[in-house]
Amino acid sequence: MINPMDFLAWVRGPAFDIALAVFVVGMLVRLLEIFLLGRRPNYAQARGGEWGPGLRTMVSRSLADPGTFKRAPFNVIVGWIWHVGFLIALLLFVPHIELVKKTLGIGWPGLPNPVVDAASAIAIVALVAMLIHRVQHPVMRFLSTFEDYLTWTLTLLPLLTGYLAYHRLINPYPLALGLHILSIELLLIAFPFTKLTHAVTAFIARWYNGAIFGRKGVRA
Amino acid sequence: MATTKTLGEVLRENGVTRRGFLKFCAATASLMALPPSLVPALAAALEKARRPSVIWLSFQECTGCTESLTRSHTPTVEGLILEHISLDYHHTLQAASGDAAEHAREDAMKENFGHYILVVDGSVPLANPGYSTIAGITNRVMLEEAVKGAAAVIAMGTCAAFGGLPGAAPNPTGAVSVGELVKGKPVINVSGCPPVPLVITGVLAQLLTFGTLPALDGYGRPLAFFGQSIHDRCYRRPFYDKGLFAESFDDEGARKGWCLYRLGCKGPMTYNACATMKWNQGTSWPVESGHPCLGCAEPHFWDAGGFYEALSVPTAAIARTATYAAVGGVALGAAMGILGRTTRQKATAQRQPVSVDELEQTP
Repeated sequence: MINPMDFLAWVRGPAFDIALAVFVVGMLVRLLEIFLLGRRPNYAQARGGEWGPGLRTMVSRSLADPGTFKRAPFNVIVGWIWHVGFLIALLLFVPHIELVKKTLGIGWPGLPNPVVDAASAIAIVALVAMLIHRVQHPVMRFLSTFEDYLTWTLTLLPLLTGYLAYHRLINPYPLALGLHILSIELLLIAFPFTKLTHAVTAFIARWYNGAIFGRKGVRA
Repeated sequence: MATTKTLGEVLRENGVTRRGFLKFCAATASLMALPPSLVPALAAALEKARRPSVIWLSFQECTGCTESLTRSHTPTVEGLILEHISLDYHHTLQAASGDAAEHAREDAMKENFGHYILVVDGSVPLANPGYSTIAGITNRVMLEEAVKGAAAVIAMGTCAAFGGLPGAAPNPTGAVSVGELVKGKPVINVSGCPPVPLVITGVLAQLLTFGTLPALDGYGRPLAFFGQSIHDRCYRRPFYDKGLFAESFDDEGARKGWCLYRLGCKGPMTYNACATMKWNQGTSWPVESGHPCLGCAEPHFWDAGGFYEALSVPTAAIARTATYAAVGGVALGAAMGILGRTTRQKATAQRQPVSVDELEQTP
């Protein structure tokens, strides 16, 4: 018979080991594949450095260019809102920081709980709005695959279960906490093999972009 | 029933003033979330209440629940109520022993059939009935016999309510809670290791006053006492919200009374009345004395991964897993990378350029 405490123990123990192993192996394979493939050698004389423009582009591409914003303002604005909300909930919630401190030994200051609470509520609403937009927009619906809906679900679940656990809307608490941790483990497992990898690879791609243009002496 | 005295008479005889009694009634009423207008009704009903027959069975337990009720240095109203409802049968408190004790139980069951309150502390072993017997009778048989004539069953303490320590992994005696064995009779779980004394008397007071059972939560516990978590009622909560934690039992944070979450406090998962009612007649309670909550009122709290480990921290061997996975990942990634390079080299070698003219010739 499985009780909520056994479930939580399993989620904190063996399941976490599995999820972590899959995540680490998967990410290393994906990244090594990208890096080892390398790029075509460029024999032209360099007109500028690669590192500066590369690093700058990693940050500057976070802001959509005017053309993109004009074409899809909803995606840009709501996309920003939910990404920021998600990152606030993930990185600035005090118990999350405590968890990192306990496991990795590094910590940073967090935000007051009501602020994080509001941020996660906004992120959940924004994610739902994104899904409605995706389904209603004929082109986006046409382009959407199973993976898009899977990653949407896997991203929503940690926010949702965290919100429900914080507000004690699932009982008993070990079950609520167990579901929250399990949802993160599912996210970790899917992370290297879906478009969720963009959280890492987007910055690599941006660096390549910036570096290529920088070498040509062009501003990316 | 040995005495016909009312509770009011017993309390007066023991020097409890009217004022003290009403204070108790008001406190009990507010704890049970009753409107103030019901305090006189509670007082009147309790004062006139005649001793109900209570049979207290002790199975796989440590007697801590009884100690919790009786070990006050001054006679409290709670203690006196317990004395008054008194017990036709209770191992620790009764004077009789041997056959006489068992006869007292049988007589009380016969005389008050259908009306007595059955209190059980301790869990029941099912793996081998011989693990716990009283007068040669197994716990299970005694419970089943006693339940037949009971008006209600109160599972006193976490062992009776949820299996408790005997039921902790690997549960060698096959211990189960009272609720798992009692069918067809109301079971009230008063969990805690031990339960707060006022919770015990509060439940009994409600039974005596209204003759009704209290509203229960999902675990069969009275909502009035188990409705809110320790965490939500903790006076150290502001420190949690601010991210101020004691890192050890003797650091600056501990001396300043900061949150004990990092020292393994189970307040977030625990529903009990400690934070509001405190212990030892309102003197203090575990968190106030500087120790994290162990979560003793919750099912399976023994198996929650260590008293001094925060509930949300993974118990997995993170460093070991990550190291093995990293080694495996690098090896596999290198292999995949080499495979990718080979594929590219092969594609470059086998590339067959096609001119525009050739393309236009194809039909």
